[in-house]
Amino acid sequence: MKSGKFWAWVVFIVGAAYFFIPLMATVEFSLRMRRGVHSFDAYQIVLGDARFQSTFLYSVIAAIFTIVLGVLIVVPAAYWIRLRLPQLRPIVEFITLLPLVIPAIVIVFGYIRMYGSNSPLPFLGSNMGANALLVIGYATLSLPYMYRAVDTGLRTIDVRTLTEAAQILGAGWSTIIGRVILPNVLIAVLSGAFLTFAIVIGEFTMASLLNRPAFGPYLQNIGANRAYEPAALAIIAFAITWGCMSLIQILSRFAPKSANRPN
Amino acid sequence: MTDLSLSNQALATRPAPPNEATAFRLPTQWIGVAPFFIFALMFLILPTLYLVVGAFQRGDGSFTLDNILQLVSDPSISSSYWVSIKISFWSAIIGAFAGLAIAIAIVRGGLPGWTRSATLTFSGVASNFAGLPLAFAFLATLGRVGIVTTLLRDVLNINIYAMGFNFLTTSGLIAVYLFFQIPLMVVIIVPAIDGLKKEWGEAAATLGATQSQYWRMVVIPVIWPSFLGTVILLFANAFGAIATAYAFAGPALNIVPIKLYSQINGDVLHNPQLGYAIAFGMIVITGLANVFYIWFRTRSERWLK
Repeated sequence: MKSGKFWAWVVFIVGAAYFFIPLMATVEFSLRMRRGVHSFDAYQIVLGDARFQSTFLYSVIAAIFTIVLGVLIVVPAAYWIRLRLPQLRPIVEFITLLPLVIPAIVIVFGYIRMYGSNSPLPFLGSNMGANALLVIGYATLSLPYMYRAVDTGLRTIDVRTLTEAAQILGAGWSTIIGRVILPNVLIAVLSGAFLTFAIVIGEFTMASLLNRPAFGPYLQNIGANRAYEPAALAIIAFAITWGCMSLIQILSRFAPKSANRPN
Repeated sequence: MTDLSLSNQALATRPAPPNEATAFRLPTQWIGVAPFFIFALMFLILPTLYLVVGAFQRGDGSFTLDNILQLVSDPSISSSYWVSIKISFWSAIIGAFAGLAIAIAIVRGGLPGWTRSATLTFSGVASNFAGLPLAFAFLATLGRVGIVTTLLRDVLNINIYAMGFNFLTTSGLIAVYLFFQIPLMVVIIVPAIDGLKKEWGEAAATLGATQSQYWRMVVIPVIWPSFLGTVILLFANAFGAIATAYAFAGPALNIVPIKLYSQINGDVLHNPQLGYAIAFGMIVITGLANVFYIWFRTRSERWLK
């Protein structure tokens, strides 16, 4: 047992070193822009860059639309499968796992060829269409996470009783989903939403191939042309990811553990 | 009036009054899942099938196997597949075992409680910290003027670049990919290790099992399916990753996703249909990995019974 504990410490410390040395070195590097002293110059330049602001804003808006689209697609489907069509569950689970198997670059390649400006559905024929296609692509990428989050949330509430109670009170389907089910799984939906945000915000492949002015292509451009700014951007990106994950953890404390408790 | 309940299948399928014929019900059965299926069909399944079909066609639409054969016969393409498979395989295997070791250490190693929550929180973040920022972080650390590179050179007089270190080698990319592969393994496998009940260890000990027997006959069979599943996930994760490698070398690096990226952007292979074939090859490889996983999992489950 004693040696077990020793090896556990060794593993933990080696692991911590592998993960913390690059992060600390990146912080240190990002502060070195002014010769000889530590300064926040790199951060100031990055944050003051008009292109940073516009691309970041673009990606934030894309992420918000992605989350809305994901919720509109996933919540009714997950709810309906729990309520009425449990036999479809394996098929839906399989489909939601596909984006983990099919690489993003393949999916976006399919879009480019299928929805080009000469196709019957010319998404890429207009600017707005291309933006929509980017949001759609992001929603596809987030499908595995969104579906699992929502399904876990639905598991903790008694979908059937809630639905029946709402129906007895005369509620229609939109009222049931919008005002009964959604508020009950809101925390689960928000966890999925923050994860989606973290994935989407710096995404490069889809944004670049669809030629959108998003944060990912901007990062690539800075990375190829600057020395210290990329390090600052890496720290900013890490902080954003950390923020999203912390929000998920905080939210999970408010989530109901199980609604089907006997008491 | 319990008949009001639309949600109860048994009641809903009971012989209905004439004005509520089943034909009227049919669309409502599907209406909830219809948006999902339409979306999945239009933006996931059909685009993928479009590429798969295109892989077997000439520019004029006639059937051919030339595109697929060219994947093998063109050395620059086949080598890019080979490099990608090597990177994905080893980063998945090393990431999986390192992640497993860390998970066992924090769950079973008798470390203080804070190590577990700190590791899990950090893993959640690091598993999603990929793409370009990850490359930037490693360039700041081990790039030519990176902090660790210069520290090693100035303090210990070790020049890692003179020793042949480079991010653009297979091992260089594997080392970087581990930064998101290990945490992903930790995030997924810790719940599986938590699932090992303390009683099992005690029961095994009571029956006279040694520690190694307990591991071999109880622990490994129980966590094996989720471990293997995660290895496959890590493989696919690395196989499709492009941004990190692209940040290191732009289009110069010869791995499949970058090859496809250049082909989409500018038909560098001078055959538009070849892009379809490359995409098809990528789907086949990640798909095969999953088939292998499902086959293995059903086998191991049968064995568990």
